[in-house]
Amino acid sequence: MAWARRILRVNLTEGTCKHEPLNMEWAMKYLGQRGLATKYLAEEIDPKVDPLSPDNKMIMATGPLTGTAASTAGRYSVITKGALTGAIACSNSGGFFGNEMKNAGYDMIIFEGRSPKPVYLMVQDDDARLMDASGYWGKSVWDTEEGIKAAHGDPQIRVASVGVSAEKGVLFACVVNDMHRAAGRSGVGTVMASKNLKAVAIRGTKGVNVDDYPAFAKAVTDGKAVLAENAVTGQGLPAFGTQVLMNVINEMGALPTRNHTSVQFEGAKDISAEAMAEPRRSDGKPNLVRNAACFGCTIACGRISTIDRTHFTVAERPQYHGASGGLEYEAAWALGAATGVNDLDALTFANFICNEQGFDPISFGATVGAAMEMYETGVLTKEQTGGLELNWGNAKALTDLAELTGRGEGFGAEIGLGSKRLCAKYGKPELSMSVKGQEFPAYDSRGIQGMGLTYATSNRGACHLRSYTVSSEVLGIPEKTDPLVTEGKAGLVRAFQDATAAVDSSGLCIFTTFAWTLEDIAPQVNAACEGDWSAEKLLEAGERTWNLERQFNIDAGFSGADDTLPSRLLKDAAKVGPAEGKVNGLDQMLPEYYEIRGWTADGVPSNETLSRLQL
Amino acid sequence: MQKSLNIDPGKCTGCLQCELACSYDNEGVFNPSKSRIKVFNFETEGRFVPYTCTQCDEAWCMHACPVDAISVDAATGAKVVSDALCVGCKVCTIACPFGTVNYNTATGKVIKCDLCGGAPECAKACPTDAITFVDANWTGLEKMRAWAARTDSGATASA
Amino acid sequence: MSDTLGSGSAGSAAHVIVGAGPAGVVAAETLRKADPDAAIVLIGNEGEPPYARMAIPYFLTGNIDEQGTYLRKQAGHYERLNIRYVQGAVTGVDTAAKTVTLADGGTWGYGKLLLATGAHPIRPPIPGLDRPQVHHCWTLADARRIVELATPGSHVVLLGAGFIGCIILESLFERQVSLNVIEMGDRMVPRMMDENAGGLIKRWCEGKGIAVHTSTRVTEVRDGDGEELAVALDNGQVVPAHLLVVAAGVRSNTEFLAGSGLKVDQGILVDDTLRTSDPDVYAAGDCAQGPDLSTGGYSVHAVQPTSVDHGRIAALNMAGREARYKGSLIMNVLDTAGLISCSFGSWDGVEGGESVTLLDDPAYRYTRLEFKGDVLVGAQCVGRTDHIGALRGLIQNKVALGPWKERLRHDPNRIMDAYVATSQVV
Repeated sequence: MAWARRILRVNLTEGTCKHEPLNMEWAMKYLGQRGLATKYLAEEIDPKVDPLSPDNKMIMATGPLTGTAASTAGRYSVITKGALTGAIACSNSGGFFGNEMKNAGYDMIIFEGRSPKPVYLMVQDDDARLMDASGYWGKSVWDTEEGIKAAHGDPQIRVASVGVSAEKGVLFACVVNDMHRAAGRSGVGTVMASKNLKAVAIRGTKGVNVDDYPAFAKAVTDGKAVLAENAVTGQGLPAFGTQVLMNVINEMGALPTRNHTSVQFEGAKDISAEAMAEPRRSDGKPNLVRNAACFGCTIACGRISTIDRTHFTVAERPQYHGASGGLEYEAAWALGAATGVNDLDALTFANFICNEQGFDPISFGATVGAAMEMYETGVLTKEQTGGLELNWGNAKALTDLAELTGRGEGFGAEIGLGSKRLCAKYGKPELSMSVKGQEFPAYDSRGIQGMGLTYATSNRGACHLRSYTVSSEVLGIPEKTDPLVTEGKAGLVRAFQDATAAVDSSGLCIFTTFAWTLEDIAPQVNAACEGDWSAEKLLEAGERTWNLERQFNIDAGFSGADDTLPSRLLKDAAKVGPAEGKVNGLDQMLPEYYEIRGWTADGVPSNETLSRLQL
Repeated sequence: MQKSLNIDPGKCTGCLQCELACSYDNEGVFNPSKSRIKVFNFETEGRFVPYTCTQCDEAWCMHACPVDAISVDAATGAKVVSDALCVGCKVCTIACPFGTVNYNTATGKVIKCDLCGGAPECAKACPTDAITFVDANWTGLEKMRAWAARTDSGATASA
Repeated sequence: MSDTLGSGSAGSAAHVIVGAGPAGVVAAETLRKADPDAAIVLIGNEGEPPYARMAIPYFLTGNIDEQGTYLRKQAGHYERLNIRYVQGAVTGVDTAAKTVTLADGGTWGYGKLLLATGAHPIRPPIPGLDRPQVHHCWTLADARRIVELATPGSHVVLLGAGFIGCIILESLFERQVSLNVIEMGDRMVPRMMDENAGGLIKRWCEGKGIAVHTSTRVTEVRDGDGEELAVALDNGQVVPAHLLVVAAGVRSNTEFLAGSGLKVDQGILVDDTLRTSDPDVYAAGDCAQGPDLSTGGYSVHAVQPTSVDHGRIAALNMAGREARYKGSLIMNVLDTAGLISCSFGSWDGVEGGESVTLLDDPAYRYTRLEFKGDVLVGAQCVGRTDHIGALRGLIQNKVALGPWKERLRHDPNRIMDAYVATSQVV
């Protein structure tokens, strides 16, 4: 039994913490984490609720494998109605916090209501208490985490917290754990801060068990061998991180550049994995110090970086001279290509600030890109930006805006609205490169057609982590498809969506799927958990989760009309690269997708589909 | 020939697979807080350091034990705690100047690395060879020995 | 040297060790390794095989039987090492004749002599302490009496909440007696812990139903109702007791050295080879006043780790191997009804030093570190058990902490990080 079979329910309004048993009937249908927490949320809140009201709830959830020795099994997710999107939000994070929560004996922590004053939750195994957080309110994630560990006299405590950006209402604020691991997207941190909940601190010493250890040990050992032998998970990701993609995606003309006005960035090489490994001129050291793993991960794609001490961002600020979480591909793209900035140290600094103050570098960088386009085209003036010159490629403007957004001050507060609200405010809604209010990540859907359908139908707004067809269309995993065609992409997207939902419900990291299929994962889940978990059953749980999320969004007021892309991607053809002349063919893929899903032509799950999935 | 754990922090990614393997082998549950090996994370240096008992010749823990509950495993050279004899007095936890003997409040006994009887699970689980089990006179060990000697409150002449 | 073993309680040996506690036994074993053929005689004055006083509390709780307290568990251990273990109380030492005299009149001649006679509990000058319900908790014989009297629900008064008192407290607590603790100091374990730590321990014990009276003295012990004693306190209270356990401190056993010419202060004075003022006589353990690592002076540090260090170094020198002792570091670890605490070295600070404390009152956690320059010289912890030995390593090796001093001042709990980072082990 890999589940802890226990939930902690924290009523912030009342100030109470209660244990309750996990609903095992639901666990057998949704597995855990993303699926199971979505089930709880859908059962417990009105989908029409204002995300920032006390009536919204926030769930931190682990998967059954979280805390076991399965590779990458340290994940947890934050599930809530997203502040940025108003849609179902599920943001997944690594680091070590998820393991600690599981070791304390909890599958989930459900937060409800709103505390009358800032608090943090302190959990030590069975003991859970809300503590006064007035001393931490207004403090960064980094200071909060250090402060709580010191105050409780235990460096082994793991902390997930929100930064000042969340407190100030930046709509794409994250929940950050272990200094630089984040449940990053959709504004889940904004929801947490709206509840006056500054942090969750956990020390868990109870341990995690599995159902059939010999079978589990074998499945896990087999799985690790597959990861080690795979070129992506065994070599590419450890050596280069996700940044291995920067030059690849740029070459294929799918690197969205300057708010998607182009699909290739001439500065890509300056902000790539290769650039991170090159010795700097000033001190001869590379940006990249080393790779680092999250809990239990045998891939270790994480980047630990330093900033050149002579760089303008940190020359006078030694507190940023140490190593910390470096650029992942999506962050490097958003902070760099999306804004035209090719200064690696500036990007690394902005990334540090995103971690320190807890906000999503993808939405931030993309929104800065949109603001820069408005500035370049005269829609925004220097007076309106508070004196910032938002020209393409202005590294100083980027890092200034990171700090302002981190504090929710000046024009940073407007960036904190996200691109959809910002562009609408200045009368240019079409310049927001987003779906359901959430900004695109780092793949231009004109160059990778399947990603257009992925974005348009993603239940949490534009996102690459809901069906990463890049695997197939670029890397040939599990089989190569042509990125420039739309044929077959509906089925591909559906298959990726369902499998991903299953992986996200297990406690494993989605990056394992560069090497693993559900056939590799099922034996691990099956040995750890009671019940009969075949690949088919996992896929079914994933499909059930996907449809439940869809149903939540429909009940929240979304419809098929929201399954679309900005007109720039549908009408303005790529001007350079292999995708030259291409727009995204969403209209060719979407109807087929609805049909394959068993949804009506309006994108609503049919009764037959719902009953098939026992929804 | 006796073997020792050899630790190369430069290769460690901080994944804690060693702690998972150690805790399962010893406690029958995945529980890093009960692991005999700990990985220390030096955040601002980007450095991870796995650390456990070096099975030092001085055997501070063994000599400090008032009830003979710690003995040398003749085959592995490991200093091994006998649960049957340990009374939980914790003197070894303060006597070990390396900080590698810990008290387990759940059992009322102390825990330390016993080299898993000659096939350490941590080394098997390490995905990057940061922890290996090698011949005892391998170079890395000399550093540890030097440190152990420096720690000696008594004579280095003792043999 | 050729040795002649005598019979009974007389004879001579190359190495005679008086006292069969940890210091004496470790010395005997070390001698055997260093000098495989020499005759070694180990003289103990209690009826049992060599045992550990440290283990008595666990005998009291029923955790172990008497055999569980024995220093060495394997049958025939001393015979196999050819160490002759004899019983007898040593009453005098003649350094000129190189003999020790036993209470039964026998004598042992020695080539080298080790005095490891330990300490004895102090009986404070309180009227009525001669009653049969009054016991120390020092020997196995004491322990057997306590086991008889400290039955669940019985009234027990513990006089003294020092280190030894608190260890006994734990056992009495587990025996489910109704317990009153009387300590004349202003806090519990006053010579091991500061006000914060002592306060936490007191509050914890009180929370467990133990009545703790600090800054309180026992004025008289009288007969009370039935089998019970009436223990009168200086605050006017009278506490009933089926058993009064006296743990008011210990003193080195040196009385038998009167007239021997050996230099004695608080204990038998020894140099950094553990040698006394006589070139052929050594002393080790609770009876020895040896080099003190923290002060640079000479102290009696009556703790187990010091005893075994003493025994080992003394034995090496007795065997003709030069071994120098860098000095003992006082350290203690305590479990009071489940709250674990420890202290090391100059825990109360040194002149010109600096201090950092971190107190988490509701969680019963406390850490205090004492620095001199960038070197740790003392420490106390309450509610922490992980990696505490590293405090010994840092203090004993006088490790230069460099930037870690500042980090520890910011968060004193990162002791092990500081240790690993500065130890250069890897």
